[in-house]
Amino acid sequence: MSVDVKTVKRVARLARIAVSEEDAERMTGELNAILGFVEQLNEVDVSGVEPMTSVTPMEMKKRQDVVTDGNKAADIVANAPATEENFFLVPKVVE
Amino acid sequence: MSDLTQLTISQARAKLRAKEITATEITEAYLSAIERANPALNAYVAVTDDKARDMAKASDAKLTKGEGGSLEGIPLGIKDLFGTEGIHTQACSHVLDGFKPRYESTVTGNLWADGAVMLGKLNMDEFAMGSSNETSYYGPVVNPWRRSRLDTVVMPTTHQGDGGFVSAGGTRTARTLDNAQLVPGGSSGGSASAVSAFLCAGATATDTGGSIRQPAAFTGTVGIKPTYGRCSRWGIVAFASSLDQAGPIARDVRDAAILLRSMASVDPKDTTSVDRPVPDYEAAIGKPIKGMKVGIPKEYRIDGMPEEIETLWQKGIAWLRDAGAEIVDISLPHTKYALPAYYIVAPAEASSNLARYDGVRYGLRVPGKDIVDMYEKTRAAGFGREVKRRIMIGTYVLSAGYYDAYYLQAQKVRNLIKRDFENVFAAGVDVILTPATPSAAFGIADEDMAADPVKMYLNDIFTVTVNMAGLPGIAVPAGLDAKGLPLGLQLIGRPFDEETLFQTAHVIEQAAGSFQPEKWW
Repeated sequence: MSVDVKTVKRVARLARIAVSEEDAERMTGELNAILGFVEQLNEVDVSGVEPMTSVTPMEMKKRQDVVTDGNKAADIVANAPATEENFFLVPKVVE
Repeated sequence: MSDLTQLTISQARAKLRAKEITATEITEAYLSAIERANPALNAYVAVTDDKARDMAKASDAKLTKGEGGSLEGIPLGIKDLFGTEGIHTQACSHVLDGFKPRYESTVTGNLWADGAVMLGKLNMDEFAMGSSNETSYYGPVVNPWRRSRLDTVVMPTTHQGDGGFVSAGGTRTARTLDNAQLVPGGSSGGSASAVSAFLCAGATATDTGGSIRQPAAFTGTVGIKPTYGRCSRWGIVAFASSLDQAGPIARDVRDAAILLRSMASVDPKDTTSVDRPVPDYEAAIGKPIKGMKVGIPKEYRIDGMPEEIETLWQKGIAWLRDAGAEIVDISLPHTKYALPAYYIVAPAEASSNLARYDGVRYGLRVPGKDIVDMYEKTRAAGFGREVKRRIMIGTYVLSAGYYDAYYLQAQKVRNLIKRDFENVFAAGVDVILTPATPSAAFGIADEDMAADPVKMYLNDIFTVTVNMAGLPGIAVPAGLDAKGLPLGLQLIGRPFDEETLFQTAHVIEQAAGSFQPEKWW
């Protein structure tokens, strides 16, 4: 399988990365090189093989359903580019 | 000892405990070495000198009283991927500009609890994506090793060669260093360069496809990626969560064992952290390997592999055989599919993990006409080319209609790769010996690598299988190539059997000797 410029632009939109026409064209070539390389996986017989879900056979750890910390609003917004009274500020989303 | 930076961790530990040196003295020695060397090597992206001095002072107070942890007063460098409270943590990406976490990663927290001193944050490929440390927003790291040429020089009989060898016939061989700058490997290039150039006693690193072992091999240092689940991932910037593991890069095998014991722990904050006590890895060093079964996988003999790598591998086999190990030929039939499967699984996980960099919660924000425009502009400006490329691949293989063909197929192949190893270990093989990399360090801005991303990816061909199967792997220096550059061998072990890796790597180290770059910086 290979991708065209239109697909690259669609994928960039899904990934929320702005791309120029020039970027999209360069990326098309690069992505096709990588997709060409991974193509060889199709020759592997995987009948009856489960997809890997966990590399180490282990039971999912669960913790007690109790509060372990909190009251850290100031810490949480400390690194944000724009905040007001411990809220994240974003451009208007709903008209 | 005139230069305290020359001490290994085990030597420094003994001298600190015996009060022959102080933590402040050794810390100052490293800080001045960094000041002199960093403009040339670019290994550190942030030097935390005030913090280092405070930590050293606190260590000295403990050491004076005969107290202190297993790493008390030992100065370390920390890869920029580890969250360090109140200190530069940017994964060497523009998108994390100014990020200073309000928490400490579990691994670094373990090191500080044991008394280690932080010298600063180390350069790396952006978000740990790369094999040459050229994708860093802070520019490439330079390998302290340079190619050299061997010349035969006729000597006047009274003169002793400076660094060369005086031969019986009155001639000596001298190495002339080439000026070309080489990469230290990646993604933990800053860690490898700093350890190799004596800019820290040891360093933390991380390995998703070879990012500890490949740079260790390129710089003549020792690097171990432990079993998946051995070191907590909590507080480490995520790349591909099912593959990422932290581990140390150190000057010798013993130092790597000392560091890993401190870094590893059982952590309730990481659900993939495995409930197993951390053994004393150092105790495994020096144990005989007589009767150990060492597997040699035929699939690691690849087309176009330089003759020197094959020769090195044969030397390694001979050293282990001489030490009493039994050498057996093995087959890991799905080896060639590990790298293509990795280039589906890792980008898929990365595209998901890196979705959080949205210009809202931390780091860079580029304003836009609406929120989506802001996201797109922020991510376009904040991520470098390689990171964007991997996010794009990951987004594509996870998108509707392609998930089964790419992602599910890769995860099935991943199970087959793991099964190959399980079969070999079930047949009684204790450890597997392979080359660490298909070549020695290459030049910065290598044209072939720049033109074809897949060519760069091939650097990880011998290391990536280990991440796909979740196994431990260690790279240990084993010799120099004809141009005087270090080459490494890799040992792969059973899950949670890092002890056998240290034990066997030490045998190789004893036979091969240790390697230091000639100082030019």
